[in-house]
Amino acid sequence: MAIESEVLVIGGGLGGLTSALAAAREGADVRLVSYKQSTLRQASGLVDVLGYTPDGDGPLTNPYEAIPSLPESHPYRKVGVQTVRDALSLFDDAVPTYEGEHTETNALLPTHGGSIKPTARYPAGASAGLASDTRDTLLVGIEEMVDFDAPHVAAHLDATGVPFDVRGETIRFPGDLRADAKVTRYAKLLDTNSEVAVRGRMVPAREALAQRVNPLLEDEDRVGFPAILGDDNPGAIRDALGDRLGVDVFEVPMGPPSLPGLRLEDALFAALDEAGASIETGNPVVDFEGEDRIEKVFIEKNGAKIPNSADQYVLATGGFVGKGVESDREGVYEPIFDCHVPHAEDRYDWFEGQLFGDHEFARYGVATDDDLRPLDASEHSEFENLRAAGSVLGGYDFAAEKSGSGVSIATGYAAGQRAAQEAR
Amino acid sequence: MSDAETPPETEFDPVAPNTGEEFEPVDVFPDSDDFDLRPGADSCYKCSTCDTNCPVAEVDDDFPGPKFQGPEQWRLKQSDDDYTVDDSVMDCSNCMRCDNACPSGVPLSQMHNTARGEYVSEQMDKLSVEYIRNRILANYRTSAFFASKVPRLANFAMNFGPARWVMEKTLGVTSERDFPEFARQTFREWWADRGGQAASRENAREARERRGLPEDADKKVAYFHGCYSNYNTPEVGKAMVRVYEEFGYEVVAPEQKCSGTPMFANGMLDDARRHAETNVSSMSELVDEGYHAIASCTSCSMALRQEYPELFDIDGIDKVAENTFEAVEYLRIHEDLKGEVQAADVDGELAEEFAYHAPCHSRNQGLDRQAVELFRDLDGAEVEDVGDSCSGISGTYGWKEEKYEKSMEIGEEMFEHMEHAEGDTGMTECPTCAMQMEHGSGYEIRHPLELLEAALVE
Repeated sequence: MAIESEVLVIGGGLGGLTSALAAAREGADVRLVSYKQSTLRQASGLVDVLGYTPDGDGPLTNPYEAIPSLPESHPYRKVGVQTVRDALSLFDDAVPTYEGEHTETNALLPTHGGSIKPTARYPAGASAGLASDTRDTLLVGIEEMVDFDAPHVAAHLDATGVPFDVRGETIRFPGDLRADAKVTRYAKLLDTNSEVAVRGRMVPAREALAQRVNPLLEDEDRVGFPAILGDDNPGAIRDALGDRLGVDVFEVPMGPPSLPGLRLEDALFAALDEAGASIETGNPVVDFEGEDRIEKVFIEKNGAKIPNSADQYVLATGGFVGKGVESDREGVYEPIFDCHVPHAEDRYDWFEGQLFGDHEFARYGVATDDDLRPLDASEHSEFENLRAAGSVLGGYDFAAEKSGSGVSIATGYAAGQRAAQEAR
Repeated sequence: MSDAETPPETEFDPVAPNTGEEFEPVDVFPDSDDFDLRPGADSCYKCSTCDTNCPVAEVDDDFPGPKFQGPEQWRLKQSDDDYTVDDSVMDCSNCMRCDNACPSGVPLSQMHNTARGEYVSEQMDKLSVEYIRNRILANYRTSAFFASKVPRLANFAMNFGPARWVMEKTLGVTSERDFPEFARQTFREWWADRGGQAASRENAREARERRGLPEDADKKVAYFHGCYSNYNTPEVGKAMVRVYEEFGYEVVAPEQKCSGTPMFANGMLDDARRHAETNVSSMSELVDEGYHAIASCTSCSMALRQEYPELFDIDGIDKVAENTFEAVEYLRIHEDLKGEVQAADVDGELAEEFAYHAPCHSRNQGLDRQAVELFRDLDGAEVEDVGDSCSGISGTYGWKEEKYEKSMEIGEEMFEHMEHAEGDTGMTECPTCAMQMEHGSGYEIRHPLELLEAALVE
């Protein structure tokens, strides 16, 4: 016996979650297995579709218009523009706390480094911070949080030529938290609105934070904080702060570990649960059985190999960082099914001399046919019931193009939907 | 110079990478019997994902979090001879959530367990109240063993107000909690009265006949019941036996001691090893005979599967780890459990809406969704997940007077979700999570095996 399902999705990132969601909504019995917790908590929470062309042109105003001119190897070309749109609609439906679906043009969002990023969807918490908005802005940094230096971020934003005045101030977070307090500590305090000691008096955390910021506010119309404003109730916290400060409050997405990423992860897992899918995290898929068809895969749990079988499989294990693609001195490979990963034979051709050069390795991943089935070295599909989605795919450089989330959502949607249709 | 050995002579040419077999890596820390967790520490790239999973760091301003307790502390220890283990390691509750979080495979809980063991053996005053209190709490089995001889007296005495006040003042055991009740008849007493292995063999044989399975089908499991289902909730153990027999499995209940979980959490590694030796020896013999080890408590299965091989070198330990399963998980793998549950229904006492909490130690085995997904299609009962927060009690952690408040603060989110859930009965696999759920909500708490028994066994 084995643990059975119709569609088995391997991987718990944006690609895997979208695959599973699309397949479950198509009516299939879906199971998602992920080695570790979703890597979404490492993500900013912004959902980009395409910010720059592979040649570096941009920021693009309309990502959909640019897709038909991408190279043929690009995952967007495999699924087509309409699928990208449909996939984004599925996302909008599953994560109603996101904004940006009112337009096909990219929004411009400030980052915690002070640059401007073109993105297609963003959390409601970031919406008052849009860089195209002309309202003057105060950024508030927390003394202990060294990865958001508000005056520095403000200066950078100013240098990009934003159409508003921006200023940065740094405060001590009320309540004397430890110098390296976790982002979840701030979030929990604000979520529960627990009392903190301010000059010997106990004050609810949201109130205390507003009191710290109030005297710093000049005539700005909006105030941006690093993304620490709650995990479970971010909307209520922004409203409470906004009321007390008399301005709009927004969050600037931060690097890992990221609360917007965590919230997105929670929303997608909840949608998946709602759609009736099964989920298991914590153990890796290490092996499989089958020749032209995958019969079953094995999940390893402290030495025990637990068989899982399905009719259709989706490989959404991520790229180099997510360990869905690995390399050693001999070559580049996909570790579970040993799918072919096209790459230069000579290791010294994998990269360029310059740090931010056009590295080949950035585009390494499995190549697929138009049905997203991985191809072997002679361009035949590796297995008839395996599709790949997300950053395990090759042929695109998500970091340079700002296309990571969009490719994951679009290919995840296509792979999940087709797997479900075939399993029926 | 470091104490590294001189590298062997090689024809190393830095221009061309040397991948030849002549190259021998240098052993930086030769011939040491101590744990060398440096390779694990080196894998940590400080993404801090573990910190976002730590329920203690979320509420405790003094606790530096799992990244510091694990890889950072190990680096400090390796580079500075005078560095001693930081006492904050005693504030880690050993929920092990950080393990499941790390994208880089750093053995965090192993680092925490070894650091805590070292701290307790080398830095803690053995005459201190804290040490004595921790040792008593960690050795719950010993107290439970004596208490179970006189369950009525023990139930009265352990919750006798003035005595509890004295325990709090002298030992630091919180008087806020009710001690769990001891059963009038332990699981093992019931098991022996019922006829032990011989009776189970007969029941299994009858069930196989009923199901049309071959008479000699190789279906046998060794039940690791743990202390709690033996002394406090024998109904869980009975449910396990009846469900397994229903599927045609012969059950044995081998000699066993505490799994060691409370001892790991209190840095009492010598105590834990003694118990582990007994458990591994009896389980490994059975594994050789074709048995699988089955536990109904997720902390027990966690200990046998992961903590034992990480911490101890005992004959047969890896074999036991590979062959240990959680009770419901094993049936999911080997039987059409989903199909049987879908075809079944429940009435009577367990036709309930349950507010289910997944214990941290089930989460780490990938079992946190199991009960909710399994019972989705069961007629007559509903199981609703109350979210992914930690219950906050973490075994002995919430029993400590100085930790009680934090424990309740961590559990607050779960209490709230329980209140909003449809049902007024709780469900979980973990005995101490059950205590916390009951303490914070007043609900009665059941084990998934009990619901499975109600659904599948006549």
